[in-house]
Amino acid sequence: MIRPSKLDSVKDALVAIDIVGMTVTDARGFGRQKGQVERYRGTEFKVDFLSKLKVMIIIPDEKLEAALTAITTAAHTGEIGDGKIFVSPVEDAIRIRTGDRGTEAL
Amino acid sequence: MDTFDRWRERFADQLREPQLRRLAFALLATGAGLLPLLAGSAQAGLSKMSTDGADTLLMLIGSALVLLMTPGLAFFYGGFTRSKNVLNCMMMSFFLMGLIGVLWVVIGYSLSFGMGFSSPFIGGLEHFMLNGLGGPLGDGPLADGFAISSTSFALFQGMFAIITPALISGALVERISFKAWFWFCLLWSLFVYSPMAKMVWGGGFLGPFGSIGAIDFAGGTVVHIASGVAALVAAAIIGSRSTWPDSKRPPHNVPFILLGAGLLWFGWFGFNGASMFASKTAGYPFLTTSTSASAGLLAWCLLEWFKDGKPTAVGAATGAVAGLVGITPAAGFVYIPASIIIGALTALACFIAVRVKSAIQFDDSLDTFMVHGVGGTLGALLTGFFAQKTLVPADYFPLSAKILEEGGNFGLFVAQLKAVLITYGFVAIATALILFVLRAFMPLRVTAEEEDRGLDFVAHGEEAYDPMTN
Repeated sequence: MIRPSKLDSVKDALVAIDIVGMTVTDARGFGRQKGQVERYRGTEFKVDFLSKLKVMIIIPDEKLEAALTAITTAAHTGEIGDGKIFVSPVEDAIRIRTGDRGTEAL
Repeated sequence: MDTFDRWRERFADQLREPQLRRLAFALLATGAGLLPLLAGSAQAGLSKMSTDGADTLLMLIGSALVLLMTPGLAFFYGGFTRSKNVLNCMMMSFFLMGLIGVLWVVIGYSLSFGMGFSSPFIGGLEHFMLNGLGGPLGDGPLADGFAISSTSFALFQGMFAIITPALISGALVERISFKAWFWFCLLWSLFVYSPMAKMVWGGGFLGPFGSIGAIDFAGGTVVHIASGVAALVAAAIIGSRSTWPDSKRPPHNVPFILLGAGLLWFGWFGFNGASMFASKTAGYPFLTTSTSASAGLLAWCLLEWFKDGKPTAVGAATGAVAGLVGITPAAGFVYIPASIIIGALTALACFIAVRVKSAIQFDDSLDTFMVHGVGGTLGALLTGFFAQKTLVPADYFPLSAKILEEGGNFGLFVAQLKAVLITYGFVAIATALILFVLRAFMPLRVTAEEEDRGLDFVAHGEEAYDPMTN
């Protein structure tokens, strides 16, 4: 989960280490970053969920550390709300067009 | 749960379904049998004119402009709702272009501007299907002292009849049943709008040919106070949204609100400007109208800037509309400096009203009473203060000119106040009665589950923004 304004630098950093596929989704979220108060015609609305982007990449195990460094450096600002990276194992991957399996499909 | 549901619970034994229906029918029958009372008065001192092309063209263009205000209003309101309710909200306005458009031509115009019942409170049936407007094309002049064609007047007024109930929708979004809305608008247009139009503009009780002598250039009472008061009463009866105030949501599309406000301002040139009914002098209300809108927008933004630190887009849109509402009864009757004051004061009054509503947490969801009710009231009263004798000629406004002559602006203010109070009383009672009658036949609200699901699907089987359409 990253700040929306950091999408381009994160993408560039990943492409630079040869990670060329990713999926991006709009998300709203919060952690320690407080929400904001919006006002419409005199009525206040406490908006807790802030705009974030969820970036998902699937990579071979050997690229993990390089990817973590790349993302962390590119998405960092030092302010609360920079986001988080979650690492989880993937059982398999398939390229739909050709039927390739495993690391071949990445 | 609406007010009538709560009464049912408390008086479960005494109020039974068949009894309620009989009472409702009785009320309907009485309403339908509106009785002619005193005779209407004749006009004096106006000469017969032949139809003028430029004047008539003003009305036709004005009609198009006012019609555009209804989809404009749909956008203005639609931007405030949740995305799952936006189509329903917009339909509450848009659909009336159909329903009231037909109703007006069939019977509405006749009830508003006819003379058949010889009553100061309601018109007649002689213009059923717009019969008898003068010539096969209705191109005869409307009346002595007017050079506009009768058809263009009927058309123009029809656009007002369409938008007035649409304004009420703002108070009832996200919970009223569309079926109940349909019947409410039909009954309200016949039994509230038409009598109001008759009383204020059709030579009736409240106007310059009647007993009160109030002036209303383009609809401060007939449109804004009437819709505002009806909204207040209806919102009180129907009850809040289930998500108010604990799960309230911000507007889903503020750009729509700005779009709507822009269209409304544009259309208001027709609403007020063409109400001069004469092309050479129409420029004057065009000017006062736009100036008041500008003053209202500026005033609201400055108020927000000082009070909250930021001027908002919603505030700019609302301030402009408030200024437009305020100048509506005054546009052709006051000088330019007055139009600036009216715009600014109306914006201030509505600004305060909106904060009060928030503080007491009353769910007039889109501030219909706060803007149209409060704005229309202040505009109507300020018209009394600022109307200029030279702009209220005696041959067109006999009683009002007489009041101005004899009692000065204070005298006219008193006449305006009487008209405002009578309007409040009539509209409040009539609206409550209509809802009472309807409630005997159908639920006014959707269920809590339907509210949660979203009225776009529940009422219309549609989704406004399907993320999967490509």
